Parts: sequence; structure tokens; C-alpha cells
Amino acid sequence: MKFAVIVFPGSNCDHDAYHAVKHVLGADAEFVWHKESSLQGADVVILPGGFSYGDYLRTGAIAQFSPVMAAVKSFAAGGGPLLGICNGFQVLCETRLLPGALLRNRDLKFHCEHVCVRVEQTDTPFTMHARPGQVLSLPIAHGEGNYFADAATLAELEASGRVVFRYCDRDGQATDGSNPNGSLHGIAGICNERRNVVGLMPHPERACESPLGSADGLVLLDSVVAWLTQHGALETA
Amino acid sequence: MKARVFVTLKPSVFDPQGRTIVEALHSMGYAGIGDVRQGKYFELDVDASCADTARALASEVADKLLANPVIESYRVEVES
Repeated sequence: MKFAVIVFPGSNCDHDAYHAVKHVLGADAEFVWHKESSLQGADVVILPGGFSYGDYLRTGAIAQFSPVMAAVKSFAAGGGPLLGICNGFQVLCETRLLPGALLRNRDLKFHCEHVCVRVEQTDTPFTMHARPGQVLSLPIAHGEGNYFADAATLAELEASGRVVFRYCDRDGQATDGSNPNGSLHGIAGICNERRNVVGLMPHPERACESPLGSADGLVLLDSVVAWLTQHGALETA
Repeated sequence: MKARVFVTLKPSVFDPQGRTIVEALHSMGYAGIGDVRQGKYFELDVDASCADTARALASEVADKLLANPVIESYRVEVES
């Protein structure tokens, strides 16, 4: 079972993701430079956090045209589990693999803190080991995490159960006070129609060991291992 | 040939930077400024023989990269 961690110029959570997969989860992990055209037979692909291309123009806007993204798109089209974390989520939205966009936080501040998110859906490769409604404590570190989509898209996301993570308080209540950035409907993470592509602003890979304050993020990695075991090797791999 | 591309947030998209700017202006005493929307401005040097070609090319790159149609719209001007 092999994880590919895509590295763009400006990625800075690539090593966090690699560490969580390789040393905490104990699976095989490889960095894939953005100029590569192959994912080297990966079973799972992670687009990590950071500031690809310095966030120039818009967050994630330039990275979508990196050579490796053609391989990432065909991996997703083949049903492969693809996780975008923070800047990776922004890249997925710019690439249109996920709907909507991430705007500047409503208070214009960069938020670096632990927040709670509620698992809304457990039928994605990255949440199948979580309990419905489970509250995860995960760190966020972003200035542009304010999820926006037009009213029709939002309604469609809700109706089709594609809001995967929602900001909430410790008791699992999604309130305006528990929403750190102004995201519409308190959305912290979503998935595509096929449910194999998941993007979220919080950093599960930085919450995989209790000395770091939380090990709640490990459930995403455990989930995708279980998912792959259930679904077997991918045809595209 | 020069093309100018103005990218602005769609009216339905909240602009926290514009809001902060207008609040600053009000605190400076400019009560007459009702609203501010912040946008982006691009100057393109376009290799084109006529204004229509330059406009088409500028619109194409605005669609593909300069603007994100989910949140932004754009306007193109060509300097003849």
C-alpha cells in the first residue's frame, strides 16, 4: 500500500504528511515532485498543505497547471482515493475536482489553532472508520479557508451528503462561534460526487500523535487503509 | 498591443478586505463612500495584429487563469 505525497514549490506540510503515513501509520510513502508525470503506482494520493507558488494570484491557482496534476486528475477519474489538505483543498477547488472556492477568512486574520470538526459522512475512503457525528480536534493554519459556493451548489452539496466535515464546538454543535473563518454552512471539508476525492482545511496529518495535542487525525489514514483493503488494488495503480 | 484585465469578486461574494477598507475610510471621515470592493488589475503585452484578436486572447487567459469563475468576473480593455 503506497501513498504519494505531491510536492509543489512552496508546499510545507509535505513532510508532515509523509511522517504521519510512514512513521505513524507505518505504510509506504513517497514524495512526488510536481514536475513528474507519473504517480509511481500510488494507491493513495495526498495534496499537502503549504503555499504552493507563494499563493500568487489565488491560493492553488498556479499549482493546478503543474505537470503532475494531469496524473492526479486521471487517478481521481479512475476512482483513486485523493485527499487535499489545506492548500491541497484549495488546489482541488481551483482544479475543479471539488466545487466552490476558498476565500480570505472573514476577519482577515491567519488562524493557527486547534478547532473541532464533526464528521458528517462516513462513506468516503477517508472517513469510513469514523463514527457518524464524531468530533475531531484538529489544527488549522490558514488565511484563506472561508469556503464559498453559490446557493445552488451549496444546496446540492447538502442534499447529496457531500459535506464531510463541519466546524463545531466541543459538544458537536455547529455554531457561528465555532466557525473560525466564515465558511458557508460551517463547511470544513467536502467530497466529490463519486466520494473518492476529499478536501478539508484542517490538518489531520498534524494530529496523529497525542504528544502533538491530538491523535484524532489518524482516523482519516486508518480509514483509507481499511478502504483499500476492502476495495483491493486499483485498476489505475 | 496592451490589454488590461480587471478582475472583481461577484456581487454575491463577501469581500472582507473591501469591508475593512470602507470601515477605515469611514473612520477617516469619508462618510460619502458607501461601499468598496477590492479587485485585481492585470496589464498584458499581447502579440496580436488587431484589437479583436488581442481581446480574444486576453479573455481566454482570464477564463483559464486570471479569474476564477466560481467567485470572480472580469472585464477586458484593449489599447488601440
